[in-house]
Amino acid sequence: MADRDLLRATAAETASLIADGQVSATECLDAWLARVGEDDLNGYLWKADAAAAGQTVDRAAADPVAGVPVAVKDIFCTAGVPTTAGSRILDGYLPPYTATAVSRLAAAGVPMLGKTNMDEFAMGSSNENSAFGPVLNPWDHGRVPGGSSGGSAAVVAGGLAPWALGTDTGGSIRQPAALCGIVGLKPTYGAISRYGMIAFASSLDQCGPLTRDVTDAALMLSRLEGRDEMDSTSVGIEGGVDPPSATDLKGLRFGIPADLIGEGMEEGVREVFDQTAATIERLGGSIESIKLPHSDHGISAYYVLAPAEASTNLSRYDGVRYGIRESNADLDSMYEETRGEGFGPEVKRRIMLGTYALSSGYYEAYYGRAQRVRTMIVRDFTAAFEQVDFVITPTSPTVAFGLGEKTADPWSMYLNDLYTVPMSLAGIPAISIPAGTAEPAGGGPGLPVGFQIAAPAFSEQSLLEAAFALEGAIGFNQAPPGAKR
Amino acid sequence: MIEREQVLHVARLSRLKLSEEEVAVLERELSSILDHVDRLAEIDIEGVEPTSHVVPLENVLREDLPRPSLDRRRALEGAPDPYEGAFRVPSPQAEA
Repeated sequence: MADRDLLRATAAETASLIADGQVSATECLDAWLARVGEDDLNGYLWKADAAAAGQTVDRAAADPVAGVPVAVKDIFCTAGVPTTAGSRILDGYLPPYTATAVSRLAAAGVPMLGKTNMDEFAMGSSNENSAFGPVLNPWDHGRVPGGSSGGSAAVVAGGLAPWALGTDTGGSIRQPAALCGIVGLKPTYGAISRYGMIAFASSLDQCGPLTRDVTDAALMLSRLEGRDEMDSTSVGIEGGVDPPSATDLKGLRFGIPADLIGEGMEEGVREVFDQTAATIERLGGSIESIKLPHSDHGISAYYVLAPAEASTNLSRYDGVRYGIRESNADLDSMYEETRGEGFGPEVKRRIMLGTYALSSGYYEAYYGRAQRVRTMIVRDFTAAFEQVDFVITPTSPTVAFGLGEKTADPWSMYLNDLYTVPMSLAGIPAISIPAGTAEPAGGGPGLPVGFQIAAPAFSEQSLLEAAFALEGAIGFNQAPPGAKR
Repeated sequence: MIEREQVLHVARLSRLKLSEEEVAVLERELSSILDHVDRLAEIDIEGVEPTSHVVPLENVLREDLPRPSLDRRRALEGAPDPYEGAFRVPSPQAEA
């Protein structure tokens, strides 16, 4: 078969092509590796070579997904393969072990295509915080792909990978998926092991799939989820995950949090959101107004809690055990110069903010208070889910913005995550699906708009069913102009 | 508001060497971020318990059995300055 057809297929379709013998796993990998070699988005930080990956395919398990290669965010430790988390401080680091999420996919026979670019230590919403240069949005190379899993989103949207693995702390899977016009799923906190995932904010970090459609998201999640004795906070999803098949939304109630959405939303995003809500009703679902009274404080609480956790997690980068070292004058100078040289501006900003919030005299006012506000946000969702089955919002208030447009004002960048952070604080699953395109502010060709659906903890199956039914009715089938997919 | 002295204090706690320019930028940016974050003070949190973890879990235990851990040689492979099976660091005392 022609490579062109292969590169246009979803992961599930590719699995069928391999199963039917229309293409071998090795041919599939070779075709994809050739595409990876043409990366014009700065999406990959490391690319697999055919010989090494070929061995993985030969050892492929009997799993139906065997042979469908995956792009992996560079935040996952991969034994013997460079892992930087987008940071100069980990330049040259070769982890001695592999993250559980990656080894689970490998055990299913899924070869790794490469490691994808990202905001340094997953801190960012535009990928401009990577120490290795920003990723370009495949829809418009002058715009950001979103972040922090911007590389993973861009390579899937741009036809440089069939599917990808990312991580989401406050929106880092969903927002780039939205800005690149693909599907991104953040599972329930605890659904998937975090072992080997370089830690940013441990009470929020969760990995998940970035895919071309909802079926692929379910397929990857089914292989990733499960308890892992290497992560005591992992519990898995009871009953596992099956391919979704729903074609309507009859009897399901969808809640719109009027008090959360509105602020800073682009007109085009609102139009697509309203159209999608109308599509839900056409499919038999009902739309209700709900209250999430504390969710608009989500960003404030998040920018205390996540930096606080990050400031402690990142204390391990001290020039002693791995990564770079600067200066050998005395111990403190070595620490300070290594970290001063190794970390970029956004990481320094968050370490400073987090250390301040945890410092003597400020702990209760900031960290303690933010933890209590988090409780109130959790309670808001619990109350909302007594009224409705799902909460819906746009994924991001805007379409993809221009490179450099929001770097001068950190808070305006943080507001990109206004609609995704509350779900992260509550630990609940949420998916972004492409719902249409909208003209950016200032005009120009249409750019993708994401639609977010959130559900109660561990109800991934019903979330995927609803997203699948809605995806079918929306019929978004657009690839970025010029992308080979 | 964050003042220059506080920026220097927090940088010291964080073991971060900052340039003069970085100190000035952080003084401005942290103040601006905290102005937004300070809105949290508007919320009545009286009697509300803090949340540090969202999944109800208690005492995740395994049997306490010896098992192999990361090989020492491999653990040292990424170290900037390994020495005789250990991580070597410069002296805590600055040399005169």
